[in-house]
Amino acid sequence: MNNNIKVQVLGAGCPTCKKLFELTKQVVKELAIDSEVEYITDIQKIIEMGVMQTPVLVINSKTVLAGSSFDLEKIKNKLKEAKY
Amino acid sequence: MDIFYPIQLFSDFISYGLMGVARGSYLGDTINFFIYDVIKIGLLLVFINYIMAMTRYYFPMEKARDILTKKRWFGMNYLMAALLGIVTPFCSCSSIPLFIGFLGAGIPIGVTFAFLISSPLINESSLYLFPAMFGWKVAILYNLFGLAIAVIGGIVIQKLKVEKYIIPELLKFKSRAQVETDNGGNKLSLKQLIIYFWKDGIVITKKIFPYVVLGVGVGAMIHGFIPNDLVEKYLSAKSLWTVPLAVFLGAPLYANSVSVIPIMDALVGKGVPLGTVLAFMTAIVTLSLPEALILKKIMKWPLLAIFFGITIIGIMLMGYSFNFIL
Repeated sequence: MNNNIKVQVLGAGCPTCKKLFELTKQVVKELAIDSEVEYITDIQKIIEMGVMQTPVLVINSKTVLAGSSFDLEKIKNKLKEAKY
Repeated sequence: MDIFYPIQLFSDFISYGLMGVARGSYLGDTINFFIYDVIKIGLLLVFINYIMAMTRYYFPMEKARDILTKKRWFGMNYLMAALLGIVTPFCSCSSIPLFIGFLGAGIPIGVTFAFLISSPLINESSLYLFPAMFGWKVAILYNLFGLAIAVIGGIVIQKLKVEKYIIPELLKFKSRAQVETDNGGNKLSLKQLIIYFWKDGIVITKKIFPYVVLGVGVGAMIHGFIPNDLVEKYLSAKSLWTVPLAVFLGAPLYANSVSVIPIMDALVGKGVPLGTVLAFMTAIVTLSLPEALILKKIMKWPLLAIFFGITIIGIMLMGYSFNFIL
């Protein structure tokens, strides 16, 4: 088990991006992951990641979800994968 | 026969039968319209989002970018960009990374704008909902018009040499190679895919559905309570100022296109000319204050104004043409 996970949400500041951030925080809490979810609205960071769609969920510097089709279950699965 | 006829029968049964409201009364019409449109658009939404999930899976934004960088398309790259804008679903949240991603890949600014204009203008609702709501003729004409606006807008922006209005620091960044998302590159079986599309589509349907209900609510009020002669007197095709008014009312607003459609449906039913209504919807869906604020982060005012100006003119021309032709 790996509890040392870096979780980031990248977004340009649209409501959908905030939603992803809120949901991710909720899941992190639920799964008892000891990490602070970082919310990045810095466009330069987003460009550096090379993604074409926001919002983006980044776990340990890897893009795991991009675009607006996400839900609680998907986020949970991705975080579980990273945790174990 | 109209394939949606059973829904009409059902909503007649609920409103006039079970609820006992009088047919032809204000309240009766409103309730009937509401039940009918919520069911009809709800069903269409499930269907459309399934198709969109398939599109997203087979045609992510990165693919559009790659197609546009690899070939020059013999000067047809504006058309190509506009066509790609149709198949790639778009949310204004993504406009910045998309814009920078395109420019960073060496795609000319005009071609990038052709994509940026066509992507929200021609969308899932104009492709799949319009035929069901307004017939094939309107659907085809609208989509052709949208393509033309995107292509011409792109060419004009290219000619205007607007590169200097892009915030330069942003273009210096080299982006890392695209990281594989989802599934980690594993191939899914057909059965898994069918389930995956369904789940992916339903996520979006669930998110949009409350707004659709709201839109249908507004549409139903218009349908039931606004007198026809009022519309005929002030908003008929003869009054030339209605198209610009519709565009300027719609531009700052943002709503999902699917939730605007019931409002359009009701307005057209009241006798508002189709071109005016289409201009209103297109302005709402394509341009919005939130989008302007997001784009402002990467472009200076003149370019933002040019982009909005060209799109607004295009939408108005489309509105007038529809009123004139149909």
